[in-house]
Amino acid sequence: MDTAAILTELPRLRRYARAMVGDRAAADDLVQDTLERAWSRFAQWRPGSDLRAWLFGIMHNLRVDQLRRPGVKTLPMDDEEFEVPTRATQTDRLEVIDLESALARLPEEQRAVVLLVALEEMSYDEVASTLDIPMGTVMSRLSRGRERLRLILEGRQPVTNLRVVR
Amino acid sequence: MSTLPITEADLQAYVDALLPESRRAEIEDYLAAHPEEAERLQAYSDQKAALRDLFKPVLDEPLPEALRELAEIPVAAVDPQKRPFLPRWSLQRIAASFAIALLGGAAGWLGHGQYQSSERMAQVVPLSRQAAVAHVVYSPDIRRPVEVSAEQEDQLVKWLSKRLGTPVSPPKLGTIGYELVGGRLLPGNTGPVAQFMYQDGTGQRLTLYVSTENAVSRDTGFRFAREGEINVFYWVDGKFGYALSGGIAKGELAKVATAVYDQLERK
Repeated sequence: MDTAAILTELPRLRRYARAMVGDRAAADDLVQDTLERAWSRFAQWRPGSDLRAWLFGIMHNLRVDQLRRPGVKTLPMDDEEFEVPTRATQTDRLEVIDLESALARLPEEQRAVVLLVALEEMSYDEVASTLDIPMGTVMSRLSRGRERLRLILEGRQPVTNLRVVR
Repeated sequence: MSTLPITEADLQAYVDALLPESRRAEIEDYLAAHPEEAERLQAYSDQKAALRDLFKPVLDEPLPEALRELAEIPVAAVDPQKRPFLPRWSLQRIAASFAIALLGGAAGWLGHGQYQSSERMAQVVPLSRQAAVAHVVYSPDIRRPVEVSAEQEDQLVKWLSKRLGTPVSPPKLGTIGYELVGGRLLPGNTGPVAQFMYQDGTGQRLTLYVSTENAVSRDTGFRFAREGEINVFYWVDGKFGYALSGGIAKGELAKVATAVYDQLERK
């Protein structure tokens, strides 16, 4: 882990952060926090291991922490049972929705898997270790995420479990 | 004939070109016979390509200066002998922490006269804050929200009473829709405190924080505090401090707090 190696990874970290968070400034803040935490855990990095996967893993954990902070205190963050309620679209079926806003409507954990596969071209194994989730969970999130994105883009109402969460 | 059944995982791996050649051919046969599935997978491929196109420009953006600086090895990560210089961001940090220390010192000095008699109290975390933090930490936990669950309520009561050195038991809130999940022991300012967790039918959780550390101040009526997103009702009764925390509306929480208060009062 040295400056040159990090500079090489930075554009990819920024791209993933942008796709995850949406907002440019917020995404760069997340990258910044990732680098700071990476340096503070410098000792934990094993030379020769995959720097990119390590940095993406740190970023993922920071993102999870961010979402856990106030506002989500009693929402279950666990596993794919949790579906983010999306606004009803029955009345605007003809609305053209762009990819970026469709992506923003995916539940966070599905979005992460879809993006790591699409943008980073990670294998499913690599996604599992980066996000620290089992392989089966990777597969189900990928499959649900892609299907959901397809339905949103086609202007169809994804099947949501609209649940009262508070 | 193919030997293995075709799974959803195979289909996803087909989209991502992660299958060995032989398996790939089997999937292609399957898709030829199932046009709807072929169409679905095509949509996934298109969406993957579109995502890559959409975010590709980010790769070519110039790096913000702040990030470029952070790619430099900071002081703390380097061998002391090899420290070349202090990067700018750590200087800023040192300056910031110095400013905080100064502010803290000033506050301490200003507070000196005012709080002389309760100097020790001024250093401890207020009840409402402690309770809110404990609520935020434990209530979202799916698998281990409590140490001892409500199924072993007897043990829970016995254990917490023993550790707190005084009888404590969770109020019953079933009539207003909240069932006991269980409880746990936590460190307070000077010793153990207890937390009981309740949950309603929708999974909304409330926590009742019970402290026995209240040595100084007299009884209080209901007090209300808002700590971030958490509403807290708290009151002091003899050596006991109680705080009920939840992410629900103040009015609703007040109802529950009143029920708790009434039950404890009757004892």
